[in-house]
Amino acid sequence: MSTKWETVIGLEVHVELATETKVWCSCKNEFGAEPNTNVCPVCLALPGSLPVLNARALEYTIKAGLALNCKIQRRSKFDRKNYFYADLPSGYQISQFDLPLCYDGYVDITLKDGTTRRIRIQRIHLETDAGKLVHAGDDVAAADFSLVDFNRAGVPLIEIVTEPDLRSAEEAGLFLEKLRSILKYSGVSDVKMEEGSMRCDVNVSVRPAGSTEFGVRSELKNVNSFSAAVRGIEYEQKRHIRILEEGGQVEQETRSWRDAQGISVLLRSKEDAEDYRYFPEPDLPPVEVTTEEIERIRATLPELPDALMQRLMTEYGLSAYDASVIVAEREYAQWFLQAVELAGADQAKAVANWQINELYRVMNEKELGPDQIPLTPEQLVGMLKLMEKGTITGKIAKTVFDKMVETGKDAETIVKDEGLTQVADEGELLAIAREVVAANPKVFEDWKSGKQSAAQWFVGQIMKRTRGRANPQLALKLVTQALEEQAQK
Amino acid sequence: MSGMTHILSAARLNRLFLAGELSAVEIAESALSRIAKVEPQVGAFLHVAAEHVLDRAKKLDARRRAGDNEFGPLAGVPIAVKDNICTCGMETTCASRMLKGYVSPYDATVVERLRASGAMIIGKTNMDEFAMGSSGEASAFQTTRNPWDLERVPGGSSSGSAAAVAAGEVPLALGTDTGGSIRQPAAFTGVVGLKPTYGYVSRYGVVSFASSLDQVGPLGHDVEDVARLFEVIAGPDRRDATNAGRTPPELKFGGDPSLAGVRLGVPRELFGQGIDSGVKARVEEAIRQLEDLGATVEECSLPSTEYALSAYYVIALAEASSNLARYDGVRYGFRAAQTGGLTEMYSKTRGEGFGAEVKRRIMLGTYVLSSGHYDAYYRKAQQVRTLVVRDFERAFERFDALVTPTTPFTAWRIGEKIDDPMAMYLGDICTIPVNLAGLPAISVPCGFVDGLPVGMQLIGKHFADAQLLQMAWAYQKVTKHHESRPVLTEEGGR
Amino acid sequence: MALTRDEIARVAHMARLSLSEEEIEGFAEQLSRILEHVERINQVDVTDVPPTYHAVTLQNVLREDEPQPSLERETVLALAPESEAGCYKVPKITEG
Ligand SMILES: [Mg+2]
Ligand SMILES: [Zn+2]
Repeated sequence: MSTKWETVIGLEVHVELATETKVWCSCKNEFGAEPNTNVCPVCLALPGSLPVLNARALEYTIKAGLALNCKIQRRSKFDRKNYFYADLPSGYQISQFDLPLCYDGYVDITLKDGTTRRIRIQRIHLETDAGKLVHAGDDVAAADFSLVDFNRAGVPLIEIVTEPDLRSAEEAGLFLEKLRSILKYSGVSDVKMEEGSMRCDVNVSVRPAGSTEFGVRSELKNVNSFSAAVRGIEYEQKRHIRILEEGGQVEQETRSWRDAQGISVLLRSKEDAEDYRYFPEPDLPPVEVTTEEIERIRATLPELPDALMQRLMTEYGLSAYDASVIVAEREYAQWFLQAVELAGADQAKAVANWQINELYRVMNEKELGPDQIPLTPEQLVGMLKLMEKGTITGKIAKTVFDKMVETGKDAETIVKDEGLTQVADEGELLAIAREVVAANPKVFEDWKSGKQSAAQWFVGQIMKRTRGRANPQLALKLVTQALEEQAQK
Repeated sequence: MSGMTHILSAARLNRLFLAGELSAVEIAESALSRIAKVEPQVGAFLHVAAEHVLDRAKKLDARRRAGDNEFGPLAGVPIAVKDNICTCGMETTCASRMLKGYVSPYDATVVERLRASGAMIIGKTNMDEFAMGSSGEASAFQTTRNPWDLERVPGGSSSGSAAAVAAGEVPLALGTDTGGSIRQPAAFTGVVGLKPTYGYVSRYGVVSFASSLDQVGPLGHDVEDVARLFEVIAGPDRRDATNAGRTPPELKFGGDPSLAGVRLGVPRELFGQGIDSGVKARVEEAIRQLEDLGATVEECSLPSTEYALSAYYVIALAEASSNLARYDGVRYGFRAAQTGGLTEMYSKTRGEGFGAEVKRRIMLGTYVLSSGHYDAYYRKAQQVRTLVVRDFERAFERFDALVTPTTPFTAWRIGEKIDDPMAMYLGDICTIPVNLAGLPAISVPCGFVDGLPVGMQLIGKHFADAQLLQMAWAYQKVTKHHESRPVLTEEGGR
Repeated sequence: MALTRDEIARVAHMARLSLSEEEIEGFAEQLSRILEHVERINQVDVTDVPPTYHAVTLQNVLREDEPQPSLERETVLALAPESEAGCYKVPKITEG
């Protein structure tokens, strides 16, 4: 017997906000500082210290909510989540329990087959990041002691909770990519997984296909990359199905994902679940958000990826694929729009081709991130202009492109310095054509006997002799002329 | 003038200092000598900062000699600070083993304000550990004695601050009040104590017990001094989100004392069962004197106060259980000698670092917040709190202030209630409803029962602290109870 | 509500308080008595009564997002029971 199984996935994504200062104190919110240098009485929870909410953290949370199509809670409050851990200075995390700032939103994702799925966002709340444990070894449990750095303690964090709407690891991966992109566009976070500014917990359950009830879920912690999320979900999905097919019962439990080994291990069972003793934070008065304030924040949102993608397709005629790879990163989209602005809308497809085929290739080879684009839009457009004028050939352009990336010089300088100007002098090219035809009688005979490709071969020879600088159409015309001359001899 | 400061008011000391008749050093030395004389009997201080205060006095004197006349209202006045208020350069221990030796790297806002006013902080006073107690006996280090009867408690939790003022060691002291911790010891030791409106005085740098109830306030011999200190510490502070950002009006005392046009309410629930007959008699006399001053007095009812004590314990201890979670042996303070892992380190540190009363309260606070109990206890208590607030609102539609005894009985014997926490908690029934509603209240001496001071409490509307002080001043002006002083001899007798 | 020994032990663990046997027994008895008194609030009808979490009504007390100097690391680590390599040192973490 083989039941068809359906996987149900919900995500809890934590994202650090890109504010100047921490959420409850005026210490710098900065990655990579020397340990314990961005700390003060408040974020170290020294006796007597009190939190005061950072206005920008509040604004960014609302902004994230608006970017993710959420409703905004008009009257919100903060709550304490009580637990003991070495990275948590006060013994409680200031978070939001029953009145999150944002709720009822969604993100649309596009699957490989082109269909769109709407993933609902249940809530987004503002809370406090914890410090960092620096272990003597890799394994938390095996080390004799841990060292704690509280620079990150008190950094503003938003927790984005989805409804259990995702149905596969692939969907989860697409959702996380999309979420990252939207948050980055909205400017509330730099969303760098490698710096830990985006982290997620995954809830996975499995049920017979067609069933409307949910299976028992396991929660996966320590998922630190998109690919780890995908692998973790696939692992849990298999684990659940195996248990169910063996006639067993899945336990509700929290598990830790060990990415290096590709396994999950039990962290705690349902019985050992923490009792967080949430209660309203007495040190912080409630927050009221007016319609005017919401609209003011909405007005600061840039064009978001979905809308931009539509515009690239309708306004510039790009294919869905091309548009999608351009809007995938905010920096890419900005680069493209700047280039089109300089080159003119009629060049949009050319810009897209160069960006996708050449620029991304180079960046891939050099392993550069989206914030390290090695070419300016001005450089590319300068090169396109030289092509348009006929100064350089398409083939030479590729050489020029690579040299621009390498040297940072503009196309014109490179063309001048390296003598890459297109040879369009008919006399000069005809002389070369006559020479190569005369020098290759065998190929000439092929041509004579009707083999059309032979003419192309001669064009190639001209390109070789001119190091690619010949205008290809002109070269073909002159080769044909030289061949006909030879035939009449 | 040495040895005289214990009978001079803060206002007087300030005037003498400004006039150049007493140097700050003379004042400081005088206070230090009084402390040296009576501390062996009273035990009000945990730390006396002799070097610090003399250094500070020298600087004040140098400024005055250089012709500086920008002095604040407390220039040259020695002041004691409760040990749960953070002070740079002096220990802040909350009378707990947990914070023994802890020196805060920053000043509380109220301490900054004290320093700016020219006050001379002379030391830190004993208290119930983390302000949890009503007798001062819950200090991890020493028991402060009531200067009126050294066999009795001075009240708490601001036990040292009240005793230091009563014993003439300082004219003024800062205390904190979560459920009566300024007013009750003020009443027990025969001094004036003000719990300001919640939000008037910054809580920044004041070690939290119950965040939604805690407030810093002054204790002193007379209302004018208390008002002077209140004006220095009250006001806006951006570092405390629960601070209301309000500056109190300038207070002036003088002329003939009168309460003409003042409507006073007497809540019958706080005059009934459980109030000692002697205490009741003194407060009733006080009420007649208030009437003589022109006030109209009527009985009123605060029906929910019957449940206030229960609601208070749930709320205060829930907040406390969370506020005290930071004492975990990681970043400061005590850490138990241990082997084993993090959890064991936490439990041993906290088990050994906290005293019995603190542990009892953390346990109760943790329990009422825990899964399955939150709605029945915590949420319910906050709803009852709303009823308490409404009772007061209704009363204040008819009255400018309410009058009650500060405490149902006078100071008890040391050790008398130590094994019966509930009996001790019941002593706070008159003061606790005020904290739940965030109102201002003042305790003023209103006579004696068997040689022990009795306090009368006046409760005002939100931010009507100045009016309360005016009323208390008028009363004090015609009664002079505040001028009585305990007699302390070297031998420790009375 | 009479608290059992086990409940006391559970709460003590939650609060990270190591208690002696005598303390556990003492607390079981004392906390039960206090809770008994506290349960008087259940006699009050609070239907439709909103809770009061703050004694004075305030809202939107915010701070500008402008950095202020932090404390010196030497200053804060000097307060710590144990530190190493610019960090706070804590014993082995035995649970997740
Ligand atoms: Mg969270
Ligand atoms: Zn900080």
